[in-house]
Formats: sequence, C-alpha cells, structure tokens
Amino acid sequence: MTTSPAIQTRNLSHHFGSGETRLQVLHHLDLEIPKGQFVILMGPSGSGKTTLLTLVGCLRSVQEGSVKLLGEELSGANERTLMLMRRRLGFIFQAHNLHDSLTAMQNVRMGLDVHGKGHGPEAEAACQHVLELVGLGERVDHYPSQLSGGQKQRVAVARALIGNPDILFADEPTAALDKEMGQQVIELIRELANQRQTTVFMVTHDHRILDYADRIINMEDGRIVES
Amino acid sequence: MITNILIRLLHRLPIGWLQLNHNRTRLIAAVGGVTFANILIFMQLGFMGALFSTSVFTHKNLSTDLVLLPSNFLSLREATSFPRRRIYQAESHPAVVSADPIYIGQVFWTDPVGGDTAQFRVLGVPPDSPDPIFLNKTIQAELPKLKQPDKAILDIKTRQLNPDITKAILEKGSYDLELNNLQFHFVGTFTQGGSFGDDGSIIVSTDAFMRLFRNRQPGTPTLALIHLAPGSDAHKVAREINALLPEGDTIAMTKQQFIDAEQNYQAQQTPIGFVFGFGVVMAFVVGLVIVYQVLTTDVQDHLAEYATFKAIGYSQGFFRGIVFEEALSLAILGFVPGLVVSIFLYAFASRATGLPIEMQFGRPAFVFSLTLIMCVLSGLIATNRLAHADPADLF
Ligand SMILES: Nc1ncnc2c1ncn2[C@@H]1O[C@H](COP(=O)(O)OP(=O)(O)OP(=O)(O)O)[C@@H](O)[C@H]1O
Ligand SMILES: [Mg+2]
Repeated sequence: MTTSPAIQTRNLSHHFGSGETRLQVLHHLDLEIPKGQFVILMGPSGSGKTTLLTLVGCLRSVQEGSVKLLGEELSGANERTLMLMRRRLGFIFQAHNLHDSLTAMQNVRMGLDVHGKGHGPEAEAACQHVLELVGLGERVDHYPSQLSGGQKQRVAVARALIGNPDILFADEPTAALDKEMGQQVIELIRELANQRQTTVFMVTHDHRILDYADRIINMEDGRIVES
Repeated sequence: MITNILIRLLHRLPIGWLQLNHNRTRLIAAVGGVTFANILIFMQLGFMGALFSTSVFTHKNLSTDLVLLPSNFLSLREATSFPRRRIYQAESHPAVVSADPIYIGQVFWTDPVGGDTAQFRVLGVPPDSPDPIFLNKTIQAELPKLKQPDKAILDIKTRQLNPDITKAILEKGSYDLELNNLQFHFVGTFTQGGSFGDDGSIIVSTDAFMRLFRNRQPGTPTLALIHLAPGSDAHKVAREINALLPEGDTIAMTKQQFIDAEQNYQAQQTPIGFVFGFGVVMAFVVGLVIVYQVLTTDVQDHLAEYATFKAIGYSQGFFRGIVFEEALSLAILGFVPGLVVSIFLYAFASRATGLPIEMQFGRPAFVFSLTLIMCVLSGLIATNRLAHADPADLF
C-alpha cells in the first residue's frame, strides 16, 4: 500500500448529457501522481480540468475507466466508501464555501469534527494553531461576513489542512482574490503541504506559481497534451 | 452558552442551532409559529376539557353506587324518563339498600331586574330521604329546607348571576324568584357552576318539580339512585338488576359508566367534541406548515455549505441530524412561551366564561409531544431537500 501512487487513472473517460446532447469531456486519460508531489493542472477553459478533479476527488462518480485513490478503486465504489475516502482528502474551492453561521474557528473545527475529534481542548488548540499558521490567529471568532475575501480563503485553507489530508485538491483557489492575496494563499498552501508531505493536485491559471510545482499537466479538449 | 451545552450533548458543533441562531428573523418567525400553534392547541384542549368536566358535574355529585336510566339514555340534557315501577323491581334485588327517584328538567329564567336570562338545570329530589342524595355536604345539609314545595336552593356559581341575589340569600336567608310564572323562595345556596348547555343549577323537592313542570309526573323519573349494601360488586349487581328488568325500557349502570356514557356522548355525538378536536388538528397543521416552511428555506439556503460538508466527508445522516436539531430547538423554544401564555389565557377565559378552564396535569406533556411530532414531521419532509446538496456542483 505504501508504494501505491496517490492518484492513478486508467483509460478514464467522462460524458455529460445523453442522446443528441451527449458530450464527451474526458478521453481515455492515463495519469499517475506519486505521493508527496505538488501537481498543477492547466489548460484552456472547458478543457475538462474541473471534471477530472471532481472525478479523482470522489465528488463525481466514475463512468468509464478506473480511478485509484491511495490504492483504492473508486469506480463502482458505494457511497460509504466514497465518504470515508473523502475524509482523507482536503478541498479548497474557488469560492471559499464557508458556513456563514459559524465563526472562523468553528468552520475549521468542521474539518476535525468529521473525524469525530472536533471537541476538547486539544482540538481547540489544533484549530487555533492552524488559524495562526494562515495568519488569522487574531480573528478566530470572526464570522465569514466579517472577513475579507483573502481571509475567508485562508480559513478555507485551514479547514482543508486541519485533518492532515493525504491529498489536497484545489480548483482555482485564487480566482476570487487579487494578485497579491492570491500569491499569499498559494504560498501558504505550498508551505503547509511541504511541511506535511501532502500531495497537492491544483487547477490554476496563475503562471507565477508554476515554479513551485513538481509537475505541470496540460489539458486540451479532454486530453492530456503534455506532462 | 446554549451552544456549549449542545456541544457536550452532541459531541459536535450544533450546526442546526447555530444556523437558526444566526438568522434571528427566521428564528423568531419559526418560534412564533410554534408558539402560536401551541396556544391554539392549548386553548382548544382547555375548552374541550372544560366541556367534559362540566358536562358531568351533576353526575359526579350524585351519591350513589348504581343509577337507573331510561334505556335510550345518551345525555342527561336530553334524557327521557322511565316508569317508577322499575325502581320497585330493582329494589327486589337483595343487594339494594335504597332507591330514590330524581327528576331533571330545564327552565329558562329572565331576571326582571336587569333583564338577564339564564338557562337552569332543575333537579327534583326527595327532600326527606334518609339516604344521601348528593356527595356535596353543603347541598345535603340544605335539603331539609326544601320540604315546602315553594322553596329552592340555587347554584351561586351560575354564569353571570346577579351578585345581589347571592347576597340576599346569604344575608337575609331568602330571595324570591319567579320561575315559569311561579313564585319560589330561594333559601339556600351551593357552588357548582354551569356547563356549556346550562348556566347553572337549581335544586327543588319532587313536589316543587311537579309544580314547575306541569307535563311531568312523579311516576316517570329521569333517573334513580341505587345504594348497595357495603361490599357489593356494583358491576355484577347492575347486570343482575338488568335481568330483573325484562321490559327493556330501563337500564342499570354503575356511576362511573353513567359518567363515561355522558362524556362519550359529548365527545362523539355533539358537534362540540368534533369542533374542538378539529381545532386541535388545524392548529397542528398550521404549526406543521410554518415549521416546514422555515426548515425547507433554511436547508435551501445552506445547500452549498452542506455540499461542502459532504465533500469533506460528512454523511447524509449528519445533515438529517442538523435538520432534526433545528426541529427540536424550535419545538422547545416555541413550547415554553406557548405554555406560559396559555396558562394566562386559561385564567382569562375561565373568568370570562365561568367555565373551569384549567391546565390539567398531563396536558403540557401531551401538547409537547404533539409539538415534537409536529416539528420532527416538518423536519422529515424538509430533509428531502438535502438530496439536492451535490458536492459535484461546487466547482
Ligand atoms: N454538469 C455539467 N453538465 C454538462 N456539461 C458540463 C457540466 N460540467 C461541465 N460541463 C462541460 O464539460 C466541459 C468541461 O468542463 P470543465 O468544467 O471540466 O472545464 P474546465 O477545464 O474546468 O474549465 P474552466 O477553466 O472554465 O473551469 C465543458 O465543455 C463544460 O461545458
Ligand atoms: Mg473549472
């Protein structure tokens, strides 16, 4: 198991719609990402990046071909297997998707609660620590509405990392931020992932961060064109 | 504070409660809806309970083991009569110690002073019977005063009774009243209170009753009280007496059966039982709709958050838990003020109607159960929406 790659796809295809409007968006993808790599996925709009990310991230069911995540087959897996697998992953979305009724601290705790260890003083300390890492140590009790866009996205980063995920998925996490803020968030992700040896699979259009990547995958029309 | 208690209880963040608490307008609307439904239900039950208890005031006050009644008996208010011979037939049973005929009628009275009107239930009883007729000691003590056929005793809890009348009887010992164009001296009082049908009661002697109701005869009483020898099995004796009455126009039953029969009639045969029962159902539905509306909107508004939680590994059961947590919070938050307001309204309505509208012991528990069912049912319907939380839509 320790030698199995973080992400492995074989002959992965995906369609949207049916009948006349049926559209194939992924074409027989073969991909292998070893553990611990920082991988950036690029490509023009509509090339299928998000579709690929949701498929390997257990958020969409596999139609054709195979996806192995941390050695486990996702194709045909039941909802429970998917749910348990999701707990080993971290997600950062384009929109922060924080819960507006929860404080920054509580939002981060949701990432621990899912493992059943969201309460008690250690949990509190862990959340505080991660929020400090993302530079929000002073704002733990703020609600999302009281935070700036960049701060919200940093809370989302903290939520994704608190559970020590094996793989971190991010889909254009900086799209809603200005350049500087985006840069900060990306660096943060890279730094934290580096410390924890987390595999990162990130979609981005931001060329300035390409230097950080161990590997850059380019997609076009549902095919991997260069890797 | 509540949040911390809930964290201990649930071993997780009380998302449902936090969500409700965050949107105060929605919370107030929902709690208001539950409170409103609760008050409606409490009031309906209060009136219904008063109907049931007042409808058997007369019955409960009778001192007796068994009663003889016309066999078509449904309710005392509509009771016909039976031949007095049946009483003698019943007395032939060895366990019967005594039997007394009682006559019941209604009289409509207009107060010549203020013009107020009242509907009285009139009980004609033998004033010199050696056997106790009433359980109420006060009435029993007043009965000897009724030996002259122009005397009567009055229920001073009669609805909207002119207090001067009560005062006159209590201070001067007598008050003259005209009933059916006959002069009566009211020489005593008791306290019972009216029912939905009658404003109060008057007790007179059998002779006075016959004067008052020209078309009634001593030979046809409305009911008879039967005292049994100590240690008799009332149910068994009632069956045996019924065997002694083959004519089929009269029936013996225990006092409790008599009370139950009256209450069943009130609950099932009169529109009143139906109206209040229907009122409870309607209040329940109103509450259900309000809570459902609030919970569905709330789920709808948080679909993106729920999809996010699903994406990080939360199960469908977790979201159902959130909705039920909200339902439960609403049930509790709405019930408490509903109960408090209802207790005040009971006191108010009781004073306004003269009916004994009281918070009976088990009623809050019953209404809270209804509230719980109402909220959980709403939650159950609202959880249908959760299926729309699809993590694939997040990107
Ligand atoms: N839910 C859906 N139903 C139907 N078609 C879809 C759906 N989601 C995506 N598509 C189509 O699939 C193709 C690939 O979409 P995808 O979102 O994967 O592209 P992308 O590379 O992420 O683009 P972008 O850079 O704009 O985010 C597009 O043509 C899109 O229109
Ligand atoms: Mg995309």
